[in-house]
Amino acid sequence: MSNPTTAKPEMIATRDAYGKILLEMGAKYPDLVVCDADLSGSTRTEWFGQKYPERFHDNGIAEQDMVNVGAGFALSGHRVVCSSFSIFGSRAWEQIRNTAARAKIGILFAFTHAGLSVGEDGASAQANEDVAIMRAIPDVKVIVPADATETKKSVPWVLEHLDGPYYMRFSRAKVPVAFGDDYQFELGKGVVVREGSDVSIIACGQMVAISLTAADDLAKEGIQARVINMASIKPVDEALIVKAAKETGAVVTAEEHSIIGGLGSAVCEVLSEKLPTPVERIGVRDCFGESGTPDELFDIYGLSKRHIVAAAKKAIRRTE
Amino acid sequence: MPGLRDEKKLKAIALSLRRDILSMITRAGSGHPGGSLSAVELVSALYHGEMNYDPKNPKAPNRDRFILSKGHCCPVLYATLASVGAIPRASLWTLRKLHSPLQGHPCRLKMPQIEVSTGSLGQGISVGVGMALAARLDHASWRTYVLMGDGECQEGELWEAAMTAGVKKLDNLVGIVDYNHVQQTHPVKEIKDIEPLADKWRAFGWHAIQIDGNNYPAIFKALDEARATKGKPTVIIASTQKGKGVSFMEGDPAFHGKSPNPQEYVKAMAELGVDVSGGKTYE
Repeated sequence: MSNPTTAKPEMIATRDAYGKILLEMGAKYPDLVVCDADLSGSTRTEWFGQKYPERFHDNGIAEQDMVNVGAGFALSGHRVVCSSFSIFGSRAWEQIRNTAARAKIGILFAFTHAGLSVGEDGASAQANEDVAIMRAIPDVKVIVPADATETKKSVPWVLEHLDGPYYMRFSRAKVPVAFGDDYQFELGKGVVVREGSDVSIIACGQMVAISLTAADDLAKEGIQARVINMASIKPVDEALIVKAAKETGAVVTAEEHSIIGGLGSAVCEVLSEKLPTPVERIGVRDCFGESGTPDELFDIYGLSKRHIVAAAKKAIRRTE
Repeated sequence: MPGLRDEKKLKAIALSLRRDILSMITRAGSGHPGGSLSAVELVSALYHGEMNYDPKNPKAPNRDRFILSKGHCCPVLYATLASVGAIPRASLWTLRKLHSPLQGHPCRLKMPQIEVSTGSLGQGISVGVGMALAARLDHASWRTYVLMGDGECQEGELWEAAMTAGVKKLDNLVGIVDYNHVQQTHPVKEIKDIEPLADKWRAFGWHAIQIDGNNYPAIFKALDEARATKGKPTVIIASTQKGKGVSFMEGDPAFHGKSPNPQEYVKAMAELGVDVSGGKTYE
């Protein structure tokens, strides 16, 4: 159990937290090599690169090559991080599948600018399918940190346990800091960030913070929503999902990603096999985004607080 | 491996490798004979006469690395590994069988002698670039060799990697193109011509050498030249004969990815000096 911060949380983009912790990891791990594909100013790997130029490899705009160059470093005894934007890194799906994963090579694929909140750049840059793509690959573990704190805690965990490929996605936009510094990340474990007995909202990424505000609104109407942060999407915390479904009877999933193949799918897969339960999925509904501010897009594409509130009520209704 | 460069001895090894390749693929019932046979001299030259490689210690930190980027031609690699004593000869006959370390395309998790799993074209050269960069970063003296196919030169990633290696001046990296002129269904020039190939590599910052890739002295001369070339990576464009050694397979796209039938096997092995008629097995 961690302490969600309340009222006026600090806003930090998880990519900034990623860049900062990566820089720290450069000192901790002399074998760490970071690769990027000409986006280091935006992915924040530049901060590592400025301090450790000899261990920073900018591969230019060639993501497929970058993935396998990273594999070459890793096979030669280095701890490797490869960064790009989620949308462009994902184009190297087959390289990640056939070289990194099939050969079980320890690489952290840390992709930024994930999801709809990329905003004004529009649909071409809004990766809403990356989690689905990575989750489908055997031996790839998938982590979507909720905030800066979880980023700061999970990146070191991954670099310490780099036993195969990991995928992490980070946001471009500033997102509320949901956790205090006492938060500890553990792969395969979800965290209950708010207790409740009427419905469970299982979220990842910045949707955790939005879900907490939705829970506040639901509470005003007498509905007690449990909010679970499920940063570890693969492996997913089956026990916590089943427990939540059993104890609350209704489930909402919330992710800044397509409803196909991401957290919502993962939760439905667990519950359909273990404990069939009404589930409402919040996410991008099998469509492309467009230009706009993150808030405008969340509102139009159904990822806002009000949508979570409505989904929670609908899930509860379905149990009656 | 002590450098064996005696052409006569190597030719005997090559003949044996060709018999092994055909027998492996025939017993497996599937596989890629054409591009395996074309690369016999190239792969055996590396393992017998060029690389710093101890078959008893396949993970020695200072070993030279070999990547078979054209992974579908793994029978030539497996047969060569057996010929240097790195894997048991008897294992050759398990190619493509359930639970065999000899997967249809190389898998490092099932066979530690494999540096990196391959099978999807265009990727091995990128991995080789990463390894060469790592060796440079670590001030290590080992070298990296990557064998590619000619059809593989149609893959975009290969040129991404070529550009990376050229810009980074990786003189500890050697690319070898097994230019056997035939890809899966047709001659390369009919599908999508890759010429002028040497000029392309040169334009990407490589030292390019064009040789007869079925000729051991030519191969070693090129490998020596690569070793002596400083400040840029070297590519050896090795013109070879697809299906080399078996008259009816030479240059025939049909034998790119097809196992010989029993009659073809008997005929092919007879050309290689072995009688396997009447169900006689070759071990």
